[in-house]
Amino acid sequence: MVKQEKASANRPDNTAFTQQRLPAWQPMLSAGIVIPGFVLIGLAFIGIGVALFVTSRGIQVLEIDYTGVEQNSPCFPCTDQNRKNCVCDVNFSIDTLFQGPVFFYYGLSNYFQNYRKYGVSKDDYQLSGDLSYFKAPSSTCSPYEYDKNNKPIVPCGSVANSMFNDTFKLFQIVNGAKKQVSLDGKGIAWWTDYNIKYRNPSVTPLKNAFNGTVKPLFWSKPAYELDLSDPANNGFINQDFLVWMRRAALPNFRKLYRRITDGDYAQGLPAGNYTLEVSYNYPVLSFGGRKKVVFSNVSWMGGKNEFLGIAYLVIGSMCVFMSIVMLIVYAKFKFPEED
Amino acid sequence: AQTNSSRRPKEERRVRANDREYNEKFQYASNCIMTSKYNIITFLPVNLFEQFQEVANTYFLFLLILQLIPQISSLSWFTTIVPLALVLSITAVKDATDDYFRHKSDNQVNNRQSQVLIRGSLQNEKWMNVRVGDIIKLENNQFVAADLLLLSSSEPHGLCYIETAELDGETNMKVRQSVSVTSELGDPNNLASFDGEVVCEPPNNKLDRFCGTLYWRDKKYTLTNQNMLLRGCVLRNTEACYGLVIFAGPDTKLMQNSGRTKFKRTSIDRLMNTLVLWIFGFLVCMGVILAVGNAVWEREVGSLFQSYLPWDPPVDNFLFSAFLSFWSYVIILNTVVPISLYVSVEVIRLGHSYFINWDQQMFCSQCNTAAEARTTTLNEELGQVEYIFSDKTGTLTQNIMSFNKCSINGQTYGEVTDPLGPQPKRLDFTPFNPLADPDFCFYDDTLLESVKVGDLHTHEFFRLLSLCHTVMSEEKSEGELVYKAQSPDEGALVTAARNFGFVFRSRTPGTITTIEMGRPVTYTLLAILDFNNIRKRMSVIVRNPEGKIRLYCKGADTVLLERLHPCNHELMNITSDHLNEYAADGLRTLALAYRDLSEDEWEAWSASHRCADKATDCREDRLAAAYEQIEQDMMLLGATAIEDKLQEGVPETIAVLSLANIKIWVLTGDKQETAVNIGYSCKMLTDDMTEVFIISGHTVQSVRQELRSEHVNGTGGGEGKQLQCPPPPPPPPPPPPSNLMDNISGEFALIINGHSLAHALEADMETEFVSTACACKAVICCRVTPLQKAQVVELIKKHKKAVTLAIGDGANDVSMIKSAHIGVGISGQEGIQAVLASDYSFSQFRFLQRLLLVHGRWSYLRMCRFLCYFFYKNFAFTMVHFWFGFFCGFSAQTVYDQYFITLYNIVYTSLPVLAMGIFDQDVPDQRSLEYPKLYEPGQLNLLFNKKEFFICIAQGIYTSVVLFFVPYAVLSDATQSNGVPLADYQTFAVTTATALVIVVSVQITLDTGFWTVINHVFVWGSLGSYFTIMFALHSQTLFRIFPNQFHFVGSAQSTLLQPVVWLTIALATAICIVPVLAFRFLKLDLKPQLSDTVRYTQLVRQKKRKPGRLGARGGSRRSGYAFAHQEGFGELITSGKNMRLSSLALATFASRHSSSWIDTLRRKKHTHAHTPPTGAETAVKITYY
Repeated sequence: MVKQEKASANRPDNTAFTQQRLPAWQPMLSAGIVIPGFVLIGLAFIGIGVALFVTSRGIQVLEIDYTGVEQNSPCFPCTDQNRKNCVCDVNFSIDTLFQGPVFFYYGLSNYFQNYRKYGVSKDDYQLSGDLSYFKAPSSTCSPYEYDKNNKPIVPCGSVANSMFNDTFKLFQIVNGAKKQVSLDGKGIAWWTDYNIKYRNPSVTPLKNAFNGTVKPLFWSKPAYELDLSDPANNGFINQDFLVWMRRAALPNFRKLYRRITDGDYAQGLPAGNYTLEVSYNYPVLSFGGRKKVVFSNVSWMGGKNEFLGIAYLVIGSMCVFMSIVMLIVYAKFKFPEED
Repeated sequence: AQTNSSRRPKEERRVRANDREYNEKFQYASNCIMTSKYNIITFLPVNLFEQFQEVANTYFLFLLILQLIPQISSLSWFTTIVPLALVLSITAVKDATDDYFRHKSDNQVNNRQSQVLIRGSLQNEKWMNVRVGDIIKLENNQFVAADLLLLSSSEPHGLCYIETAELDGETNMKVRQSVSVTSELGDPNNLASFDGEVVCEPPNNKLDRFCGTLYWRDKKYTLTNQNMLLRGCVLRNTEACYGLVIFAGPDTKLMQNSGRTKFKRTSIDRLMNTLVLWIFGFLVCMGVILAVGNAVWEREVGSLFQSYLPWDPPVDNFLFSAFLSFWSYVIILNTVVPISLYVSVEVIRLGHSYFINWDQQMFCSQCNTAAEARTTTLNEELGQVEYIFSDKTGTLTQNIMSFNKCSINGQTYGEVTDPLGPQPKRLDFTPFNPLADPDFCFYDDTLLESVKVGDLHTHEFFRLLSLCHTVMSEEKSEGELVYKAQSPDEGALVTAARNFGFVFRSRTPGTITTIEMGRPVTYTLLAILDFNNIRKRMSVIVRNPEGKIRLYCKGADTVLLERLHPCNHELMNITSDHLNEYAADGLRTLALAYRDLSEDEWEAWSASHRCADKATDCREDRLAAAYEQIEQDMMLLGATAIEDKLQEGVPETIAVLSLANIKIWVLTGDKQETAVNIGYSCKMLTDDMTEVFIISGHTVQSVRQELRSEHVNGTGGGEGKQLQCPPPPPPPPPPPPSNLMDNISGEFALIINGHSLAHALEADMETEFVSTACACKAVICCRVTPLQKAQVVELIKKHKKAVTLAIGDGANDVSMIKSAHIGVGISGQEGIQAVLASDYSFSQFRFLQRLLLVHGRWSYLRMCRFLCYFFYKNFAFTMVHFWFGFFCGFSAQTVYDQYFITLYNIVYTSLPVLAMGIFDQDVPDQRSLEYPKLYEPGQLNLLFNKKEFFICIAQGIYTSVVLFFVPYAVLSDATQSNGVPLADYQTFAVTTATALVIVVSVQITLDTGFWTVINHVFVWGSLGSYFTIMFALHSQTLFRIFPNQFHFVGSAQSTLLQPVVWLTIALATAICIVPVLAFRFLKLDLKPQLSDTVRYTQLVRQKKRKPGRLGARGGSRRSGYAFAHQEGFGELITSGKNMRLSSLALATFASRHSSSWIDTLRRKKHTHAHTPPTGAETAVKITYY
């Protein structure tokens, strides 16, 4: 016995693992699974596709380009770089009730917020309220790090510097009189941006924190004056600032400007004539950009999205079609051998 | 230690005994050895330097440097440094552990004690303090501390015995003798005053040569290897000896031999390197395209956009920007070839090697050795072998020799009269001879009778066997003799003599003591004319107690029969007949002869021998001439025949391997008849063969003629053997279409002799030889030298571009093992040199079928699937950046979060594919042995080649297109349900990344064919880890600590809570996976691979066996191997007819399934008409389903 044990001292362990005999599931692409699977996936996709398509159809969208490229467009005069504080009125009408809540977006095209160097041109420490970075902004902000007098720019960097600064007022023309539609600017930014990512320095009044700094070159007013009426919407946690700082993935994008949720217009914009009063500050024509405003309502799946529904329908039908092809192939080539 | 290499060119070395001052002038290396590479201080720099000599590591370092340039850096430096540091540190830890053990063993060796003669007295010194020129004393069973010149020994004549196992793996003892003048010195006092000077060759690695001269007292003495004790040897059977240190430490032959072995690479490796280069080319192309794009964009758009995004001060024009953009893109696109590729490949190979080591079915319980993968980097090549070159002795045969038959004075003994009759009784020697070896078997009692009656010839025959050998005997206790023989043949012969009453008892350098028929006799040993490969014989000259001098000689019949006295003519004829009979039975034969010498003859020869012995130049030739001179006019005694037993399972293994389309060539040093016989007995040659060609011409011309005639016969279908009168050389034979030659394989066999082979290997004939030989099913080369073995392997490597495997067990196979793609060593009886040179070792030839058909096949399959998937997933991952480039101004903005880029290859997708690469199985092991044709895809390199690579790449690029453009199309207009647009960069990044991880995970679930628990854990774990890590990285906690590192705070929740995002991911997944699924299903139906069919058949069978239960386990696995083995081949092999049928069936099967699906369609229609009317069981089994 002892000798036998000794003789097999080098014998490898007899376990399922070492002998590669672990119990295993060996799936095979058998017709019984693949063909019904394709049918099921196909039907599910068609179902979802129909639902998406129908929902998307129900969503109303109104887009108005106000760049002012054409001479006869209302904002054409404002495209002159020399005019300051230019205001133009854009008129439009709505035929049927624009179901509420209505969302008011501004859109830019040919605008490269996704350019790498643009994206990194900000100082996260500064924006999270770290005062030491107010004095010495991170070098990533270059060339908007210091102004000509070598004073630190707060908030520094290209992103902040290029903040969109057109403002809008919406009026309904009721019996020839302008009735202002109240716009709600609360909660248009991400919760985390507002509550975590961006912080004002804990200095009161806020203005003192900015001592010795200058506002971004393109800005008309410093950060601590973005919204003087509401301290919770001022400085780095100003909602418009946050919306702008969340940079877009693609060169044509829209950003939420306001919601129309209050008062008379909570149910939507009734049919009628409207005037959009644009205070036109933001030049885009120099690089061939376009500006627009978009009114839209949403469904459970968000805004209007025709592509998704159609894509689902196409893929679903292709699955069903493939399952038929596979069934034919299978019937032709496998059945005789099964016998 | 390093300095010695600079001194190497020096012509000679001078060493003066007992004169340290003199010797120090030359600065010889001390005896301290250092195999370790590092010490604590040098470890980091040296190790890093070594690691950065790997191209891959340097490349990643280069990337890292690029990333540190702010203008270029498109990715944080840690995306590269994390994987690189991981790889470097793992390698460093491994190197450090290895080196630690080397340090330990160095220390242990360096601190061994030895006795050094210092100022006339023996002192204990550590080995490392021993210097060149010291005289040291060795005792029995001690290791030799350095390369010593043997000065004197306790044994007479200055002889001593050594064992050289550590040096060359041979376990037999060898004799060393000191120069006669120094052997008289004896005690330490005399030695202390010894001041001889040795002039010798510089250090070298030749173990069997030493050339030097001793100058002492104005005289010259020649020194040879016979006077040297090499480091690493062990002193045996010698009480003590003294030696002069000639070479120490790193200069010793042992250390000079410990060079690195040549590093072998697999064809997949080479392909992979080519592909990686192509990918680099591709990367550069992408970079250039994007850089041009950047130039255009900067000019057309960027320059105008400067009001919002001014150019950096150093970037003042679009061309420079494009230049920087190129490098930025090189950084972000480098993930097409991640560093983890190389690491994963190594891990997978290591895993496969462990599976080989762990395989119980490759464990031999008799020898208690498991299979060992000594090289871990060749596994997948085991699945592509096309040619096997096998040694015969010890590989196909057991190398256990038994004395089976003999012919004495024209009378043959040992014939078992009737093989069918009752088993003859085994002779019992003990009553006759108390010293007999109880394990010895012999059945013919007439021989014993002949000994008992005192037949003179028989007595002389056995006396020769007991005297003429180099066996050492050890008497453990009274009457219990243990022989240590250089070769098993010799052991068998001496044991035979022992049992028949001529017991070799002991030997001293000058005497041999035997017990002849119970009577002790001591012979004076006058000379040993040693064996070598050229002489093929050995002789001893002894003086018997009566004073008569006789030469006993044994050797190969061809050599010995030429040197007989003419009066032996008649006996020679009879003995030759016997020898032929023996050879035909596959026995190994030796002829024995003797010659009486007169005192004068002896004196004369002795003088000439001494003269030759002392010659300084051409000593060996002179000695050979001297030997030749006396080995003449001998009297024939008879011949011996030794049986060489086949190893277990050899015929079955060869049958299975040849069904797997592997060609087996036997290369042996044995004679033609023996080789052919073994060929038949292991079923390489069968009686069904149309022809067996034999090429044995001695001249170039005849060999060429023979080759050509066979060529003609072969292609012409074999009209008959015309070897005896070869046809006139045909007008320059048209170069045979090689596919034609391939088509007729399976019908012919070629046997070629060593001297013919030498001609056939010449440059002008080798193509002819290769094409003829490759057309034959079996090739046997006999009488080949070790060098020729290697040449044959090289020839096939060169002409056939096929993967070759060489298997052997002896020192003579080492060259072949080293030159083949894969070398396999049989850990058997002939020492361990072959094993040390090999890549894989095991103890039984039959394990080869499991190594190739199971482990090799799986390794190949797994590696191919791994590589396909790996390239796919990285292209899918990386190319998204390329598409995004067109929308972000070619600014090298990454699509994903940088942490995702860092972790994608090392965490999120590494383990599932690793699990597949290690554990995947398409068919169970017993099926691959049952259907050897399953091996073919590997030989044809079907699973991973350039085409497959491009398919993977195409699929990867397709996936990347889907992964970019589906989110692009959906998200550009989509909003959250609270109206916030989804088109921001971070949402886009998270959506694309999630879709990517899900798509590649679904793809790996499709690719994985064998779902063990581990696969499940890895696949689900990777997906889980992706979500966990993403949520952690996007959490508030981390952001609060490093606000500028974790920009993505909150993106995960915000994105993944949106139904639109999930709908997008589902859509992208469906678009990526559905076509793949459909394609695979149709391929399975229209053009199934053999493995698919085997798998399918098994599934159907399981369903039938266990109705209602789906096969959750792959087949019955308890003793599947043995069962399948029996069922598949027991019957098959016993009749050659069956074997052909089944191979035909398999062949038709294979061709059927490799043809296009249209053919399949056509064939299906005629399937009834075409059903082959075979009765063979295997054929039925395969066409069933």
